[in-house]
Amino acid sequence: MLDAKAIKKDFPALNQQVHGKDLVYLDSAASAQKPQAVIDAIVEVYRKDYSNVHRGVHTLSERATRHFEAARETISRFIGAQDSREIIFVRGTTEAINLVAHSYGRHCIKKDDEIIISEMEHHSNIIPWQLLCEQTGAILRIIPVTNSGDLDETAFKKLCSSRTKLLAITHVSNAIGTINPIKALIAEAHRHNIPVLIDGAQGIMHQRVDVQDLDCDFYAFSGHKLYGPTGIGVLYGKTKWLEAMPPYQGGGEMINQVSFEKTTYANIPHKFEAGTPDIASVAGLSAACNYIQQVGFEAIHQHENALLHYATEALMTVPELRIIGNPTERAPLLSFTVEHIHAHDLGTILDHAGVAIRTGHHCAMPLMKRYGLAATARASLAIYNTQHDIDVLVEGLHKARGIFKR
Amino acid sequence: MNDYQHSDSFDNLFELYQEVIIDHSQHPHHFGALPQATHHAEGVNPLCGDTLTLYLKIENAVIRDAAFQGHGCAISTASASLLTDSIIGKSIDEAKRLFEAFHQLITSEKETAADNMLGKLIILAGVKNYPARVKCATLAWHTLQAALRQDAQPVTTEA
Repeated sequence: MLDAKAIKKDFPALNQQVHGKDLVYLDSAASAQKPQAVIDAIVEVYRKDYSNVHRGVHTLSERATRHFEAARETISRFIGAQDSREIIFVRGTTEAINLVAHSYGRHCIKKDDEIIISEMEHHSNIIPWQLLCEQTGAILRIIPVTNSGDLDETAFKKLCSSRTKLLAITHVSNAIGTINPIKALIAEAHRHNIPVLIDGAQGIMHQRVDVQDLDCDFYAFSGHKLYGPTGIGVLYGKTKWLEAMPPYQGGGEMINQVSFEKTTYANIPHKFEAGTPDIASVAGLSAACNYIQQVGFEAIHQHENALLHYATEALMTVPELRIIGNPTERAPLLSFTVEHIHAHDLGTILDHAGVAIRTGHHCAMPLMKRYGLAATARASLAIYNTQHDIDVLVEGLHKARGIFKR
Repeated sequence: MNDYQHSDSFDNLFELYQEVIIDHSQHPHHFGALPQATHHAEGVNPLCGDTLTLYLKIENAVIRDAAFQGHGCAISTASASLLTDSIIGKSIDEAKRLFEAFHQLITSEKETAADNMLGKLIILAGVKNYPARVKCATLAWHTLQAALRQDAQPVTTEA
């Protein structure tokens, strides 16, 4: 079993007070805090090994390049990719999805083709496809969500056809926590020869992701939700797709030969990495992967599930509190409303109890509309959270009800 | 009463969530549509998804009646409620000056002479200590400006 109290000590930012109260950080689904190991890895790059990568022949550049590519290997193993060339460094999940929409989308998607997404997507897995549809005349199809917060799989099967050119679906709902049965969805899509992109922003940190076992065509995730730095994320893509896709951005590092008549492009992954990458953040992300592997996904899963169970029971003791959705499988996050108290008022009041939660529409407006909600409060759990954190949250919710005299 | 009001770090909170504000949020004045409205506008806060529609009945450059609909937090609902109370009977020019004074009140540190004209709007002064919540308090006021301009497009707090 994981020792969350010991783990908490690895995260310097968690050791502080807010409004005179010990910080209780329940907003990791928005962005997770960073362990000292990640902070050190970033500092080390700038202190010792810093230079541009894939450029110079001098010692520092070679060292920086070696570390950079070693990080790619680490991250490749972390998600079980067959080949580290299938790891493309991007700024985050949003850029990864936009890369696929631009490159795969413009290459393979034409007028009247169909793209399937779901009603529970984050805006970053909706808007890139809407833009692509506007440009190409393709059609967006939406898998509905059931009352419990699961995908309507029957409806999904009916949407799959020979016109479908992509399924882009979230691994875990950021707004209500649903864990989608992505392996089954991928298998079903593949029966119709539909490639699948998984938005892994909320999935990557809670369970071991094995892209080969899932057989997904693309998997996108961000470093900062995985206890790593901001500004870095990964697009995993199967070699066959990445090789067939045209470049996303033009610039340095992505070329083979350049002349004004004809430019030939570098091989993958560099074809998709124009310009100087975020070298220090790549080192930070690699350190985050190592840190998580040391903790172990089995222990993480066990800890977070137990805590989710505890939190669910505890929240249900608060009068007039409603947890949104009751999906078959839930990641450790709970979206809820308290009757007569707007989520933002809850957020401000809880902040005074030292508790950080997310409030609002969670960049998932269609899903909010599905449930007839404008905003919810969301408490998301991570490896460093404890039962005590939940107790403080619940106490804060009682205080909020006290202020509103309910 | 409850025990929580005596806890130290919550004291500041009561500057924000004053009795009157809670009261206005739970029982907003002039809440509903205004069939005789001559002006109306929609306001949205894209950060939180709050929406508000403000209706005005203007005759001879005087706001004869006002009402609002929508959903929002306690601060935005109370602010809209207080706004309707404050502008009914005012000329358009007076309403615009009130907007300026109110904006000063919740965004600037120093007190100004204009604070005198604010009346009970002054109870929203505590919002200035909560930068993330200033937009909740100003949504109704931006919507008022849009209604006076007769904007067809919804006004947003992020403009």
